[in-house]
Amino acid sequence: MTAATTPLHYLSLADAAAALAARRISSAELTEAVIARAEAVEPRLRAFLSADPASARAQAQASDARRAAGGGLGPLDGIPIGLKDVIAVRDQPLTAGSRMLEKFVSPYDATVTGRLRDAGAVLYGRHNCDEFAMGSSTENSAFHPTGNPWALDRVPGGSSGGSAAALAAGEALATLGSDTGGSIRQPAALCGVVGLKPTYGRVSRYGLVAYASSLDQIGPFGRTVEDVALVLQAIAGHDERDSTSVGAPAEEFAAALAAPSVPRRLGLPREYFGEGLDPEVAAAVEQAVSHYRELGCEVREVSLPHTAYCLDTYYVLATAEASSNLARYDGIRYGHRCAEPRDLHDLYFRSRAEGFGAEVKRRIILGTYVLSSGYYDAYYLKAQKVRTLVRRDFLRAFAQVDALLTPTSPIPAFQRGEKADPLAMYLCDIYTIGANLAGLPAMSVPCGFTRAGLPVGFQLIGKPLGESELLAIGHAYDRVHQWGRRHPNL
Amino acid sequence: MNRADLDLDALARLARLALSPEEKATFARQLAELLGHIERLSSVDVSGVEPSAHAHPQHNVWQEDTPRPGLPPVAALRNAPAQRDQMIAVPKVVE
Repeated sequence: MTAATTPLHYLSLADAAAALAARRISSAELTEAVIARAEAVEPRLRAFLSADPASARAQAQASDARRAAGGGLGPLDGIPIGLKDVIAVRDQPLTAGSRMLEKFVSPYDATVTGRLRDAGAVLYGRHNCDEFAMGSSTENSAFHPTGNPWALDRVPGGSSGGSAAALAAGEALATLGSDTGGSIRQPAALCGVVGLKPTYGRVSRYGLVAYASSLDQIGPFGRTVEDVALVLQAIAGHDERDSTSVGAPAEEFAAALAAPSVPRRLGLPREYFGEGLDPEVAAAVEQAVSHYRELGCEVREVSLPHTAYCLDTYYVLATAEASSNLARYDGIRYGHRCAEPRDLHDLYFRSRAEGFGAEVKRRIILGTYVLSSGYYDAYYLKAQKVRTLVRRDFLRAFAQVDALLTPTSPIPAFQRGEKADPLAMYLCDIYTIGANLAGLPAMSVPCGFTRAGLPVGFQLIGKPLGESELLAIGHAYDRVHQWGRRHPNL
Repeated sequence: MNRADLDLDALARLARLALSPEEKATFARQLAELLGHIERLSSVDVSGVEPSAHAHPQHNVWQEDTPRPGLPPVAALRNAPAQRDQMIAVPKVVE
């Protein structure tokens, strides 16, 4: 479909930005189309936890007024963008998909929220997610599940499932999620859109509800790699309010895509193509590999020997950090407080029992165990050392190749309720966790559909702070195939 | 599968989390399975390997010590579950 015949709510961000800049459309029209689309599909899809159409309309009018006065702010000015409900937006609800924060209203903006405002984006909607970003299907939301736009009885992935589903369904032109073990990339793959987890520290975490602070990273979803580059451009860069924010200057990520594409060296880690990989996913990823070969890329097999230990390392470190981070929900200063506590202890124990769901409790207990006296060295310290080995594996591979190409998820979107066993759910993240442990930028790019019509994505993993190169490599495939511009029959 | 060293009562106490008998039974079973998986880490040779707290080496981060506006009391207290006279109300702690 050409830009001229595509419904406004399905435009790529870049096409919409061009149309806005040329004054062919207004932000008010674009925003109205997105709001109307959300009203039409939300009763079935349920990707949103809250939305404020009046605020979005006011932001759109302000954008149109800026452009009329000749003062457009750039490509994001007037573009409707939605946020996962773990990112603070001043005076709007912030629930993290949890009863614990059901009534919480954010008193301030996250840094990324402020940067999107500064770029003129129209902030519209806060998306459903697994509670405190813990999960791979969005079924752990305390409020309701979200459907996959390509098959409503299937999950959109998680934990940023609402943000991926909303974009795929035309309820935004781009969205932001957060990724601790694959929570942007896996739902991007399952919903047929692009999703990028930047290098750890590339994007400020100030105003992000914390899950596992050494792994959490905010990143964009877009219909194309170019769209993702445009959003990253706006949100990346140093922030003194996040002490883990890297000092590296923000690069011209979108401009990097215009550079002539040169043959690059791609590595296929053999550990990522073994047992458990769905044959239809493997076939779609192999076609993407063929595309790169045809472009003149040198493709070679590499090895990441500690891959088999990534999942275990992750579930020690992430749950340990979660048990510590979530200690703040004590029922005192904010969040749920139980009725008529007998004393302070009763208030703590019951408020937390009533506010947290099963997966969050499970992870808090596991994290408490691995940090407890007598087990700390065997689990937590050991996992931190294995993390060093995992990172070394990646850096060694990057001495031979410019990026790694893998499947994003071993399977396409699964049925709601299919993975009731925690370990089965955790195995969904087996290809995505390594990049979090090593702090590397990684992106899922759509690369086709299964016979049943479910999207498949492949993952590119890049060098630390190598987003520009990673985006250029992804764009070399995506600009030709553009699977993310296809729309579900919804 | 169960594990003798998995004392759900003690863990729940440490985590300040009231668990029902059903939750304790379910978590004991599930955590035993997860720990069985995680124990594969013990086979990794980490002799001489430094632990990584973060993916990138992190050093102490300094910030200029300059005053700036914070949240006004009304905004800071907006989400408090109980408040009185611009303070958070809590159960009596000292008898």
